[in-house]
Amino acid sequence: MSMIIDRRLNDKGKSATNRERFIRRYSEQVKRAIDAMVSDRSIKDMEQGGDVRIPVKDVSEPAFRHGHGGDREMVHPGNRTFNQGDRIQRPGGGAGKGGEGGSGQGQGSDSFEFSLSREEFMKLFFDDLELPNLARNVTGTVADRKLKRAGYTRYGGATNLSVVRSLRNALGRRIALRAGVRRQHEDARAQLNALPLEGDSEQLEELMQMEITEYKRRLSRVPFLDEIDLRYRHRITVPQPITQAVMFCLMDVSASMDEQKKDLAKRFYTLLYLFLARKYEKVDVVFIRHTENAEEVDEEHFFHDPQTGGTVVYSALELMHQIVQARYPSSSWNIYGAQVSDGDAFGADPEKSRGFLEKELLPLARYYAYIEVPDMLTPLSTLASSYKRITAEHFAMREVRERREIYPVLRDLFKREVQ
Amino acid sequence: MSTKTMSATMSATMSATMSATMPAAMSALVDERRPISRGGEWTFELIEEYDREIRKVAVDEFGLDCYSNQIEIISSEQMLDGYASNGLPIGYPHWRFGKEFIRNEQSYRSGARGLAYEIVINSDPCIAYLMEENSMPMQALVIAHASYGHNSFFKGNYLFRQWTSADAIIDYMVFARKFVMECEEKYGIGAVEETLDSCHALQDFGVNRYQHPAPLSAAEERARAVEREAYAWKMHDEIWRTLPAREKAQAKEATQDFPAEPQENLLYFIEKYSPRLAPWQRELVRIVRRVSQYFYPQGQTKLMNEGWATFWHYTILNRLYEKGLVDDGFMLEFLQSHTNVVSQRGFDEQGYGGLNPYALGFAMFQDIKRICENPTEEDRAWFPDIAGSDWRKTLDSAMRNYKDESFIGQFLSPKLIREFHLFAVADHEVEPTLEIAAIHNESGYRRVRKLLAQQYNRDSMLPDIQVTKYARDSDRSLTVRHLIHRKRPLSDEASEVAKHLARLWGFCVRFESVEQSGELRQVQEFYPS
Repeated sequence: MSMIIDRRLNDKGKSATNRERFIRRYSEQVKRAIDAMVSDRSIKDMEQGGDVRIPVKDVSEPAFRHGHGGDREMVHPGNRTFNQGDRIQRPGGGAGKGGEGGSGQGQGSDSFEFSLSREEFMKLFFDDLELPNLARNVTGTVADRKLKRAGYTRYGGATNLSVVRSLRNALGRRIALRAGVRRQHEDARAQLNALPLEGDSEQLEELMQMEITEYKRRLSRVPFLDEIDLRYRHRITVPQPITQAVMFCLMDVSASMDEQKKDLAKRFYTLLYLFLARKYEKVDVVFIRHTENAEEVDEEHFFHDPQTGGTVVYSALELMHQIVQARYPSSSWNIYGAQVSDGDAFGADPEKSRGFLEKELLPLARYYAYIEVPDMLTPLSTLASSYKRITAEHFAMREVRERREIYPVLRDLFKREVQ
Repeated sequence: MSTKTMSATMSATMSATMSATMPAAMSALVDERRPISRGGEWTFELIEEYDREIRKVAVDEFGLDCYSNQIEIISSEQMLDGYASNGLPIGYPHWRFGKEFIRNEQSYRSGARGLAYEIVINSDPCIAYLMEENSMPMQALVIAHASYGHNSFFKGNYLFRQWTSADAIIDYMVFARKFVMECEEKYGIGAVEETLDSCHALQDFGVNRYQHPAPLSAAEERARAVEREAYAWKMHDEIWRTLPAREKAQAKEATQDFPAEPQENLLYFIEKYSPRLAPWQRELVRIVRRVSQYFYPQGQTKLMNEGWATFWHYTILNRLYEKGLVDDGFMLEFLQSHTNVVSQRGFDEQGYGGLNPYALGFAMFQDIKRICENPTEEDRAWFPDIAGSDWRKTLDSAMRNYKDESFIGQFLSPKLIREFHLFAVADHEVEPTLEIAAIHNESGYRRVRKLLAQQYNRDSMLPDIQVTKYARDSDRSLTVRHLIHRKRPLSDEASEVAKHLARLWGFCVRFESVEQSGELRQVQEFYPS
């Protein structure tokens, strides 16, 4: 007799370890593929899984096999036209007699493709960044209040009436109030029925009839629904932290900012975005690029549209201020600024920028970070040496040359909040 | 089983074989059928009942000899897991299985391929996995196919009998998994992975073809691992160093070549003689070698095994229909899927992927049955000893005593060569064009049959690579010889594999390519890095 076993509830993740090992083993290639993905993706879409392609030749396992060439015979089915001794052209590639129809299907066969889950993608994406687990936390500023359910109450408006609760109370009350009377009523009726039919009990019978009528009246007096049964859904107001944030990405796009620096910038912005997205329900991103003058652009242009020209940092700060005034009042928005530059600034610009930042922008912003991606081991840049004098607690600046230096900046930046 | 659409070339064969049994059965028995179930829904009770009826037909009527069955219902995710480990329910951890899993998962998710309806493994009891997504007719088909078809093949075929230990494989894999994980703990995942990578590169050359392996036993394996360790310790014992050297004996040995005969089992040779491997590494080599050995018969009997199982699910389910146990809806679903499975595309059709083992194997077993029952003049001339014999006995002996190569060489009939329109193409290096060597005509039958049989020969699939010399007394180098077969060179990755070989050997590996005449073509030396 055969044994039949239901294994469907058994562990499904049997291959999870091996899958993880595969990804770890080819982390070099996977990371390269991810780098390509990062440059194609929008900051807001970064937090998804993705399809990774690795050249098949990288993952194929070597074995002793016959190569092309030499002598051999192959037997195939489906001959309709050939006769013995016919000669036919060697199909291209020398792959033996592989069937001419096969070529159209081979697409993608030179790359090994698979999907990374969101977690795997993020892990690899931040691998260089040495990212610890980000904890979701709530920020402090209380600027809004919100209604919240808080059980039931006896008073309230008709719209909040809880029918189920009210009727349940009514039922309980009816049972409680009528139980005693009902018992007496039943007793009385039993007595009445027990009376002998002969004459002399007539008066007693009348009395008892009256008694029963009284009980009936009392029973019917218990109302179906009473005011004390009513229950209303209770709502209280609770302080609500502002759940929206706006993130300003400011970047110097003059010619000296090359692709590699922009890539660093993008990773920084992404990281900041992810961090904010965990804290706030809604995060807007504003991209401001500047050369001599600043303009607000979309993400595509921000990262991929090369500009030429000089550098005036002040213009960008001024534009950010304008946008804040116009669209993101600090009373209802948490404002974050993130500026990336290679530090070039000329003349009065750095000092002017510092002054503006300190007086106008920092009081509005929750945090402001300045990331410098210098060319080489240069001493402090002009912009950095000015910014260095800013003492505000929610201002941070750092030099970043490599990816793994990005996360510590953020950690410093949000140290207080994380605690 | 892959899902394919039926091709034009084979439709004639298929409809012919089906019309032979179907209409007669339908008209004669349609009134008295009391089907076990209707519709597609399956339940455990129904599976049990179908299994009981199938068993009555397979074992009691047709006399199939099977291991006892274990039928397990799994989900599609578990099926993907099963794929990754070649169907074994347990395996040691390694990234290669992760890669297999990812590859299958990806093509399954993207819809590029369906999943097999079942996986069955050669174990005692014979474990068959059924997917929960299958409909009732499919489950019945799969039970007939795997639990009685493949099962009886595993139990009966001489290669499986001699080369594998069906009762011990699960135990052995449990041991292997535990051992590998212990090694990872002791020596690090990286070190274990490195060794296993090298073993995997050589796994095709870890098989004894002529000498049967000793039966597997997990308990013995464990004891051996401990013993090996102890022996290594003993070798370090100072006392051994104080013994006087036996110079004479050594001198005598040095003059002899070692090994005396070329060795084809590279992994075995490494396991026994590698001068550098640590005991635990030897054990890893052994594990890969034994798993490889276990799967060796499967590669040799793919066509027969699938053909046998397909023949039996077809025969058994038709018999159930004759007995009135299944209804017309059941048969239509079964036949549709059966037809897909046994379709054969022509070489010039879209999606042609070589000869379909299900198609050719099924056709051959059907054909042998036909030759036994209704032989033509041609059959009598070609198969005088089986024409007109009892088909069950003939099929049984074919299943027991052949592998793909000899099975085709013995039983491929001119009728099938015609039906499949088989032809042979000769690819000779010196010729600028290919030549049609033989087609399905009187002068070509034997040639086509011989060449097709050769195609299933292991030697034409794998290059001939053997250990010829181990310089025990000098530089400890290992000489490996590739005997060039019909001028066919090795693929480019060969040097990668040779590096793996050198890594396992620990000393220089000389890799020679030798012509059949004995002329040395090329020598390369590989050193462990």
